[in-house]
Order: sequence, then structure tokens, then C-alpha cells
Amino acid sequence: MTMAGGIYEKYKSDGSLAGNVLEWVDARFPATSMWKGHLSEYYAPKNFNFWYFFGSLALLVLVIQIVTGIFLVMHYKPDASLNAAGVPVAFASVEYIMRDVPGGWIIRYMHSTGASAFFIVVYLHMFRGLIYGSYRKPRELTWLFGVGIFLVLMGEAFFGYLLPWGQMSYWGAQVIVNLFGAIPVVGNDLSILIRGDFVVGDATLNRFFSFHVIAFPLVLIGLVAAHILALHETGSNNPDGIDIKEKKDENGIPLDGIPFHPYYTVKDIVGVVVFLMAFSAIMFFAPEGGGLFLETPNFYPADPLKTPPHIAPVWYFTPYYSILRAIVWNFFGLDAKFWGVVAMGASVVIFAFLPWLDRSPVRSIRYRGPITKTMITLFVICFFILGYLGTQSPSPMGELISQICTVFYFGFFLAMPWWSRMDKFKPVPERVTMK
Amino acid sequence: MSNQGKMDCGRRRLIVATAAVGGVGAVAALVPFVSSLLPSERAKAAGAPVEVDISKLESGQMMTVEWRGKPVWIINRSKEMLDTLPKLADQMADPNSEVKSQQPDYAANPTRSVKENLLVVVGICTHLGCSPSSKFKPGAEEGMSADWLGGFLCPCHGSTFDFAGRVFKAKPAPTNLEVPPHVYLADTRILIGEDKKGA
Repeated sequence: MTMAGGIYEKYKSDGSLAGNVLEWVDARFPATSMWKGHLSEYYAPKNFNFWYFFGSLALLVLVIQIVTGIFLVMHYKPDASLNAAGVPVAFASVEYIMRDVPGGWIIRYMHSTGASAFFIVVYLHMFRGLIYGSYRKPRELTWLFGVGIFLVLMGEAFFGYLLPWGQMSYWGAQVIVNLFGAIPVVGNDLSILIRGDFVVGDATLNRFFSFHVIAFPLVLIGLVAAHILALHETGSNNPDGIDIKEKKDENGIPLDGIPFHPYYTVKDIVGVVVFLMAFSAIMFFAPEGGGLFLETPNFYPADPLKTPPHIAPVWYFTPYYSILRAIVWNFFGLDAKFWGVVAMGASVVIFAFLPWLDRSPVRSIRYRGPITKTMITLFVICFFILGYLGTQSPSPMGELISQICTVFYFGFFLAMPWWSRMDKFKPVPERVTMK
Repeated sequence: MSNQGKMDCGRRRLIVATAAVGGVGAVAALVPFVSSLLPSERAKAAGAPVEVDISKLESGQMMTVEWRGKPVWIINRSKEMLDTLPKLADQMADPNSEVKSQQPDYAANPTRSVKENLLVVVGICTHLGCSPSSKFKPGAEEGMSADWLGGFLCPCHGSTFDFAGRVFKAKPAPTNLEVPPHVYLADTRILIGEDKKGA
């Protein structure tokens, strides 16, 4: 089922003009083989449930972000200097998009809502992988490319958030860039290298713009292609976590597989419609997402002399931010600040190790026992608590709770080789089930 | 692939040498890109000292000026404010200003200032660079604890500082707020960013 090397026959024209054109193209470009290999003869398990919408939805949001981004760049100016009215040019250009550019407000709200939607969809997509063991052998590389996508997406979101040059943009970037300053020896020089100045300023804004619109999107698209290619090499997992390739008919087609096109392309349209309904509702009626998607201080232009009374990252970063704040002890003669940064980085990167941490004999949660279900439930609860605390001002109670949750967060992963094996397992079915 | 099984060692050496020279060239080509990320000459030159007139700064008041893109606070501390400093010494991470990088020698004293009442300090938290908020009123009135004597609270991660910019123990910020180099040009005029008059 690979696209390489002509396992599909080249297209033969039926004599019509369109047929002749396709034959001409197919002799020079793997059009038929790509179409068949990835769509019309890519056999996906027939028992996908709604959790399987989020992969294609992530692709849809990527397209939304790229298209809206292209149009925003036509009006946005990455310039931190003050205009005649004393407002930073970048901030003013966003206001200009919102007020004076025809249709500008809706394009901008699509882009800002799209950023949050991206993370919602990707978190659900990752959760799907977690409960059905999609990262297990032989899909480790698919998972690793996915973790790469997640990391790049976080960078993309972080760089993008500076561009409106509001108060939260400025101070958020100030805090995150200073995190690198916590690294021993090279830290201070590294944060200067990232900012391009001794403070967050015009140089920082311009390079973040460059990363946001050129470098990271290119890497992102490459990783998405690799993610899909790796997936199509091994074939998709399914809610039962069993391999459909083990039971094939006389033509070598999995008995429980159906062609991705038209079956799942059409099914995904349903997902797209429902998603776009929710997306539009947010975009039109609550584009600020109650202060979660667009934070109130960001409606004030950046002021390097005054930090807003309460600063917090956007919601999708808050779990990791809580973990950063939870570390308040010095170890090995190094600052708590440094260990906070290490813990925050580790809390994201640790996802990459899941394929090797999970030692359960079955993939899917359907055939795993109470230990797995309890651990995953507690992990999700911890993730939400950490996320909530990250939006709040620091408090002694919050600190203690976030420390407990941080310990569990890492315990979930690090103890997984043991608890994933200890569980009671049910026998897996021979063929996929349609419940 | 001709001559299968036989390795042409001369050719192999040439390939290794070519790859090595090419690699050196590729690494050298990185230099302009990485150096372009460093602060530009203009950014380096932008650190000019700032002259401030403090004649209108009443006792107990604070003003903020911009120096090198950072807020610098000038606080005309009242007697009550100064009286809190010795009381807090045992709660401070560095009560005697022993960390050299955080102040010039002439400010390494109990009030961390040149003139006893006037504190000049960079208003950037030494943790992650937020600007702390002033919480001058003692007690719980401004959302602090009941035994609060007045000072600053960093809104980002909760570090607290006293009226000399000294950080409380067991807070995220590792060191006291930085006292910038400064000099009194006259009784009510301060030059921030330089130590010597007319330099």
C-alpha cells in the first residue's frame, strides 16, 4: 500500500480528452498511485468512532490558519515604534485590520479563534491516541512526528501571540524568553540571542514575525506530511486496537478495512460541519472566548514600564505554566527557576516516550482494566486542574495543589512501565467490533 | 556500482576529504545567520543615560522613568518606610546586599541607596522580568497578608520585595532588584546609567 514504485497500474485513457490528459500526466507524475495509495485504496478500519474526526479537523484548522494568515499579513505591520498618535505601529495595524479593513475583523477572529481551536482539536486527537494505544508499535514514528507537530504548534502560537503587541503579548514574551536565562552559564546570552536586544523590542517582534509566518509553518507542513505518510505506511489503528491487516481477503484487502475515499472523506464532512458550527458560534458570539482566547490586557498596547496586574499565558499553555510555577526548590546548587524550566520542558517532551513507556499487552482501553482507566482519568483531571491554576494568580493553596498534580503528572508517565503491565486485561476480539 | 566488493581507498579518501571541506564551509556559512540574531549596533548604542528631575517627588511617592527600555523606579521613602527595613532583615534572602551584580558598591548599604531616603532601582523582577506592582500600604488592604509592612509584589509569580528592593526568602526571584549605576548631578537631578558626573 505504498505509493512508491508502481504497484498501481498507470492510467490508461478511455479515449476522451480528460482521459488523454490524465494518461499524459500519470506517465510523468504518480497521480493515480498517490490517489489510490492515500485515498481510494487506503484501507482504514471500518469501526472508527467520533474520536477519529479530530485528525482531519486538525488539517482543516491548519488550512484555515494558513489562508487567514496570508490575508492578515497583507495589512499587519511588525513594527514596535510609536506612530504619530503614540501607539505602537504593530498594535495600531491590528486595530486597523479590526476596524478599517473590509472583512478584516472576521479574518482576524477566524485566525485567533483558529489558534485555540487548533489546540482543542489537537488535544482531543492526542487523547484519542492515548486511550486507544495508537502510539504503540508499529506506529511509534507517526506518534513522534505528531509530538513534533505539537511542539512546533506551541512555538507557532507563542510567536504569533507577540504580534498584536498588546500588554499580554509583551509581558508573556518577556517571561518566556527570560526562562531561557535560567539555563546555567549560557542562559543570559541565549535570551539576548532570542530577543535580539537586551529587552523585548522591535528586533524581537520582527524575528517572531518571521518565525511565525515563514519558518515554523514550513516545518509544520513538512511534519504533517511525514505524520500522514508514516500513518499510511503502517495503516490506521482503531478503537479496538487490533491489527486489521492480520485478516485479509483473497485480494489482500483487510476484511475490516474500507477505502478512506469515499467512506471516511464523506464521514469527515459531517465532522467538519459540526466543527464549523461550533467554530462560527465562537467566532461570531464570543471571539474573546471569555478572556481565554483573547486576553483582556491584550487590548492595551504594550507598555514596557508596567506589567498588567495579572498575567497568564493563553489557556493552552497553562498546564505547563503551572508545572513551571510548582517547582520552588533549589537542587544541586541550581536555582528553582532553572528546574521549573526543566520540568516545564519535560512535561511536554515526555509525551514522545509514550510508545516505550506503555507495556500493556493490549492497545485499546476497551480491553484494559481499572488501573489504566483510573490512571488516565486522574491524569486528565490533573491536566485540567493544572490548566485552571495556570490562569490564576499565585496562591499558597494553588501552589500546593499544583505540586501534587505535577507529581502525579510525571508519575503517570514514569511509573507507566509498571502500572500498564499490572492491570487486568480482557481478551481482544479477532475482528473489529462496531459498538 | 562497478567493482563490487573491492573498495577504492583513494576514492574513499577523496570523498571523506570533500565532505569534510564541504562541512566546514557549511558551518562557516552559519556564522552570518547566527550573528544577525545578536543585538545590532543600533541596539547596543541605545543605552544612553537618562537624566531625571526629582524636585516634585514628595515623601512616600514613587516615579518611573525608562532607561534602556526598562522601568527605573525612584522612590522617595518616608520615615515609616525606612523604619521597616531593619525589621525585615531576617526575612530577606540577601539582607546585606552581598550579591555584587545587583548594585554598585556605593549602594551596598542597609538602605541600598546613595541618599538614605531615595531609592533608585530597576523595576524588573529578577525572576522572569515582570515589573512588580507597588503595594505600599501595610497590612491586608491591598490584598497582601496581615503582617505585610509595605513593598512590592510581582504579579507574575508572587515574589515580594521590601522598600529597598530586597527580595523575601523562599520566593521565585533569586536576587534583590538591581540598583542601576546612577549619580546625583544636583540635589534634585539624577543621572541614571552613569556613575560619574559629566562622563
